[in-house]
Amino acid sequence: MRRAYFKNNWIAALVVAPQLMIIFVFFYWPTSQALYWAFTLEQPWGGGNEWVGFENFRTILNDGRYWDSVWVSCVYAFFTTALAMGMSLILALFADRQLRGYRFFRVGMIWPYAIAAPAVGLAFRFIFNPSAGVASYLNLAFPGVWDPILNGDHAMAMIVFAGAWKQVAYNFIFFLAALQSIPRSLLEAGAIDGARVLRRMLDIQLPLLAPTFFFVLVINITDSFTDSFGIVDTMTGGGPARATNLMVYKIYEDGFRGLDYSGAAAQSIILMVLVVALTVFQFRFIERKVHYS
Amino acid sequence: MQKSTLSVIALCAAAVASPAAAEKTKFEYWYGLDGYLGEVVQQTCARFNESQDDYEITCVGQGGYATAVQNTIAAFRANQHPTIVQAYDAGTADLMLSGQFYPVQQMMADFDIDVDWDDYFPGISNYYASSKGELFSMPFNSSTAVMYINYDDLKAAGIDTAPATWEEFDTAIRAIKANGKACPYAYAPDSWVDLEQFSMAHNVPVASNDNGYSDINSELLFNTTLHVRHMEDIIRWKDEGLLQIRTTQGGLNTRDSFAQGECSFYFGSIAGHQTVTNTAPADMTWGVAMLPVFEGTERHNTVVGGASLWVLAGKTEEEYRGAAAYLKFLATPESEKFWASNTGYIPVTRTGFESLVEEGFYNNPPYKGREVALESLTYTKPNNLTRGIRLGGFIQIRSEWNNEVQAALAGQKTMQEALDTAVARGNAAIAKFARTYKGKQFP
Repeated sequence: MRRAYFKNNWIAALVVAPQLMIIFVFFYWPTSQALYWAFTLEQPWGGGNEWVGFENFRTILNDGRYWDSVWVSCVYAFFTTALAMGMSLILALFADRQLRGYRFFRVGMIWPYAIAAPAVGLAFRFIFNPSAGVASYLNLAFPGVWDPILNGDHAMAMIVFAGAWKQVAYNFIFFLAALQSIPRSLLEAGAIDGARVLRRMLDIQLPLLAPTFFFVLVINITDSFTDSFGIVDTMTGGGPARATNLMVYKIYEDGFRGLDYSGAAAQSIILMVLVVALTVFQFRFIERKVHYS
Repeated sequence: MQKSTLSVIALCAAAVASPAAAEKTKFEYWYGLDGYLGEVVQQTCARFNESQDDYEITCVGQGGYATAVQNTIAAFRANQHPTIVQAYDAGTADLMLSGQFYPVQQMMADFDIDVDWDDYFPGISNYYASSKGELFSMPFNSSTAVMYINYDDLKAAGIDTAPATWEEFDTAIRAIKANGKACPYAYAPDSWVDLEQFSMAHNVPVASNDNGYSDINSELLFNTTLHVRHMEDIIRWKDEGLLQIRTTQGGLNTRDSFAQGECSFYFGSIAGHQTVTNTAPADMTWGVAMLPVFEGTERHNTVVGGASLWVLAGKTEEEYRGAAAYLKFLATPESEKFWASNTGYIPVTRTGFESLVEEGFYNNPPYKGREVALESLTYTKPNNLTRGIRLGGFIQIRSEWNNEVQAALAGQKTMQEALDTAVARGNAAIAKFARTYKGKQFP
């Protein structure tokens, strides 16, 4: 593999400096601040803090409510990822088959990704509204069957659906690109051998999608842990009875609303470690091992 | 002296540079009210700027009480904070212990501005005062909880007067239901109404140590008081179909459900009076009344809600003079009238209230009925249990209460279990707060 080298390292440093500055100011500096707060008891208005070591972490890890929140986040991550990947895979397979109107869908399917999460939340809040929205027809036919206001499972289903809907577009782009990079000759050879559409999808296209599949999987899980705030905030506010209190929303609730800066900082650190671990896992194992071609 | 010569030169230079007007002192004010109410705040700022030539106030809306406090804290830590901030009741404890403010009563005294502090309704001023009675922040948008009644529905069910007790309320919603109304009572869990105002009106404690006023290390008590009985009634009413849960996420919130005539009762801030007036059908006969109390108990005053204006530390004397002028301006009867007539909020001084009463402000719609809030606030003289609540971690306590009541309403646990959990969790929040401010006490 050919590589380009800069002879003069100072110029190289100068060229990347603005980017590094941005990363430092917007990432490393806040992170270090959160790390510091996580080990202290910080008064919100300033005016003193006290080093407490791992006390904040102990408090959180011994708190049943925190583990509830972890569990709820995992449920959300699992179902959102499964739904988003399943839907986008099916859509990409069909867009790739060049059925009628595929040109429109190839572009149209990307639109949802451009919509901000709170806007998605508001739209789905209306759709799933038990008394005024689209879902109210369901309640008209079967009274009381849909109640996300009091029923935690319904509320969870609602945010899973909204989160997955938003994620489908992103996955679709990757799956479609991966499908299009599969040599046509392979599919044609399969067709000549008598494999029908479904057989070709299962035996040729899906295995060749594996690297993309695992990349998208990790991205989706990470995303559902970190990027779910807007949807939860507009649709459920973490309720009812904390049924949708995802980790990232709990950090906001405790830190920004409740002004418990230290407890929230410790939670952010735990969440960060989790996301870093997922990323490392992806780079170390998946990127290396899942290659068929 | 060299110094005076210099200042003379500086003065001349200034006179040459701006011959028209002396330089105005500019200062900032961040507020949390949004929507229509935010616009009215902007109008008070414009009125202030027009009323004098020395100061110029810049008012910045932050889009919500909680965000106003969050943004101010962030700005304060970067030393970019406003001179005045509108802080809500639940943010009071942190501000008080931070010490990063200029107590308004002291500020007014320092600048020789005469304010008759006794003119403020004690139910309002006590809430924002130290335990010794010194006012820390300026009462501004003040409200209290009232009962909204659809008299058409009530009369149709054969009842002529507003229920004054919970027993009468029970009878009323049953009669309305029997008369064929699907939603007699629109309800959403709201600790401000169901817990805080309810406890004040019944003279029962929310927490130990006079609701936290006399010690930062206090314990919640609401799982042992009349509050439990009230919340168990709510569950019962829900199970019997006398009460429907109405939230914004579910479509219509309690206020809008009432205003559109779907539900016959709701409880909420008097500030909603303006919205109901604007949105209710013209032929709907409705009104407000004080919160009911249980039979056999003695009614007490309710407590103020809303927000007050805090003057923050770390500003120049000139900016403080501007802030003092603005607060003084807000306290004039004309400003009080402007504020009360454009919003549903109530005047905070006796003079302001009496001048409105004399004008007959409250005699006719759309303002008729708003005096109920003052009647409720001043029903008795505030005592150690009804002057307010001062607890650290109060935002978390409200959130715990709300989540646990939701769990009880969803049938996951009994109301007693839910309130017991809320108390235990709330106590942990208080302890964490006390631990963070170790060795400090509320001033």
